[in-house]
Amino acid sequence: MRCAIIGSGNIGTDLMVKMLRSDVLDLVALVGIDPESEGLVRARGLGLEAPHTGPEWILENASNIDMIFDATSAYVHVRHYQEYAEAGITAIDLTPAARGPKVIPPVNLYDHLDAPNINMVTCGGQATTPMVFAIRRVIDELPYAEMVSTVASKSAGPGTRQNIDEFTKTTSTALREIGGALRSKAIMVLNPAEPPIMMRNTVFAGIPEGADHGAVIDSVHEMVAEVTKYVPGYRLKNPPVIEEGPFHTPGGIVPHRAVVLLEVEGAGDYLPAYAGNLDIMTAAAMRVGEAIARSRKEKDANA
Amino acid sequence: MSTSAPDFRLIDSTLRDGSHAISHQYDSKEVIAIVKGLDRAGVQVIEIAHGDGLGGSSFNYGFSKVDEKGLIAQACEATTNAKIACLLLPGIGLTDDLRDVHELGVGMARIATHCTEADISEQHIKTAKSLGLETIGFMMLAHMNSPEGLVEEALKMQSYGADSIYFADSAGAMTTEDVRRRVSALVSALDIPVGVHAHNNLSMAVANSIAAYEEGAQNLDGTSAGLGAGAGNCPTEILAAVSDKYGITTGVDVLALMDVAEEIVRPMMPRQQVIDRAGLILGYAGVYGSFLLHSQRAAERYNVSQAEILLELGRRRVVGGQEDMIIDVALELTQKHAEAKK
Repeated sequence: MRCAIIGSGNIGTDLMVKMLRSDVLDLVALVGIDPESEGLVRARGLGLEAPHTGPEWILENASNIDMIFDATSAYVHVRHYQEYAEAGITAIDLTPAARGPKVIPPVNLYDHLDAPNINMVTCGGQATTPMVFAIRRVIDELPYAEMVSTVASKSAGPGTRQNIDEFTKTTSTALREIGGALRSKAIMVLNPAEPPIMMRNTVFAGIPEGADHGAVIDSVHEMVAEVTKYVPGYRLKNPPVIEEGPFHTPGGIVPHRAVVLLEVEGAGDYLPAYAGNLDIMTAAAMRVGEAIARSRKEKDANA
Repeated sequence: MSTSAPDFRLIDSTLRDGSHAISHQYDSKEVIAIVKGLDRAGVQVIEIAHGDGLGGSSFNYGFSKVDEKGLIAQACEATTNAKIACLLLPGIGLTDDLRDVHELGVGMARIATHCTEADISEQHIKTAKSLGLETIGFMMLAHMNSPEGLVEEALKMQSYGADSIYFADSAGAMTTEDVRRRVSALVSALDIPVGVHAHNNLSMAVANSIAAYEEGAQNLDGTSAGLGAGAGNCPTEILAAVSDKYGITTGVDVLALMDVAEEIVRPMMPRQQVIDRAGLILGYAGVYGSFLLHSQRAAERYNVSQAEILLELGRRRVVGGQEDMIIDVALELTQKHAEAKK
């Protein structure tokens, strides 16, 4: 499958390094807007095409591209996503623009393989939605879930910084739509400590009366193992705990809350290991792209 | 009350920063009484929100007893002269929250970021300005950045359209010299007024506020009876009294402020605002003041020392908003102690 990455910042560049290792995705170009950007310079060094005319280049070359991975910003994606669809290009959206259906691989990887636009939520959403889903699947109802994501300042580029509202809104929506919580909240914090901290994510979930706490803990462990399959640096920083309340959540009073403390160490493909936020996003996008490519290959073989 | 123009503007944050000290349990009656009392005393700006700003009600920071927007609406109704302000931390609150509180009658927005991350405030400062709100860029935990570094961040907020800039000594970790160097650097570099929000962990809040004034700060924060995160804030009534002694015109009625502190705020305080060991450690280790009560609860829950939790948080250089790390540290200490016993 012929692919292009648009956006030559931290995420686009990290994705490029990963995609060059793929046996089903064929990377044609890394597209940016600044010819001197580190990402484009690196792409040229790797022998890739590295144009700097942004979305325009994608649309001009639509006949040679099957799928794009958009790592620009929510604003840019919103402005162009319809043009990509009209040009017959499948768009995997790594911004929090939230135009297409949201995909969190260990929860709903195969649900939207034919969609023209797929949204990858946010890095924090990729890290925490699986945990919310894991808790929800062993209790009758999850009245309220919350996530706090802290990333190293160095790993948050200008796009992330200007999109912070979109980040929290899109992440919070994913905790409900895909995680299964009835109500939700997402919080993002940047930490400038040196050396940079690893990406940290904490999930809080309101646990109603009568829930099987052992089942909640087991389900969390099983889901961590699922995510680790494609993000090797994803792990529990401490064992999950159930704390005693009561807690007056927006979804009602609950007697307990589950607390899941996660850390994501990056694979170090582009930025160093602290930038697990890049890794979980690009690894999830790769998983979706590869699933789409395999499914199309199968269809073509059967046709 | 003096009739001449005040030498600095006093912003009272009893209903915002003070909310930390009562675990965000304000109700309508308390809010109305405090707003009316401060307004009568001549306070020009009254800040109200969850302690962690608009949208702060959460597992991580504590749930508000009463929806903050309901309380903000009542504050707007209860005031006659004082402007009502809200604080918002990008990453916790949303630009939508600014639109909501503007509709309710709020006249000022303070957009707060960690002291090295001013560029996450662009969206919010611009939105607040476009709504016609007086907008302040507010840099937290300012002891973690140098005077030059703060200037660099403040210039970003100024470029987004902020009407003035504040820095907060959120850990109460600064000496008077630390405050002077930062205020004078900001005053000489910026085109807009500078303000200081002091905490009392090292018993320096009033002295630091006066020093800030002497270096050219035009806005100063206080809370009634010092009610606030950590060891508490600069007490509004003491700042006003000390200012009088210095011959600095505040425009507020000192005795009326004492009445608010003594008759309205103190009776509702679950604990008096003292500098105990934990409060002092926050200032000494430079840890965000609002971690105080959360770390006390975690220490009780996991049977570990609160002081150890706070020192470890200081070592990790956590910033405001990372309250989840309190549980993380408490669990690690539990494991460490269990291993030590073996």
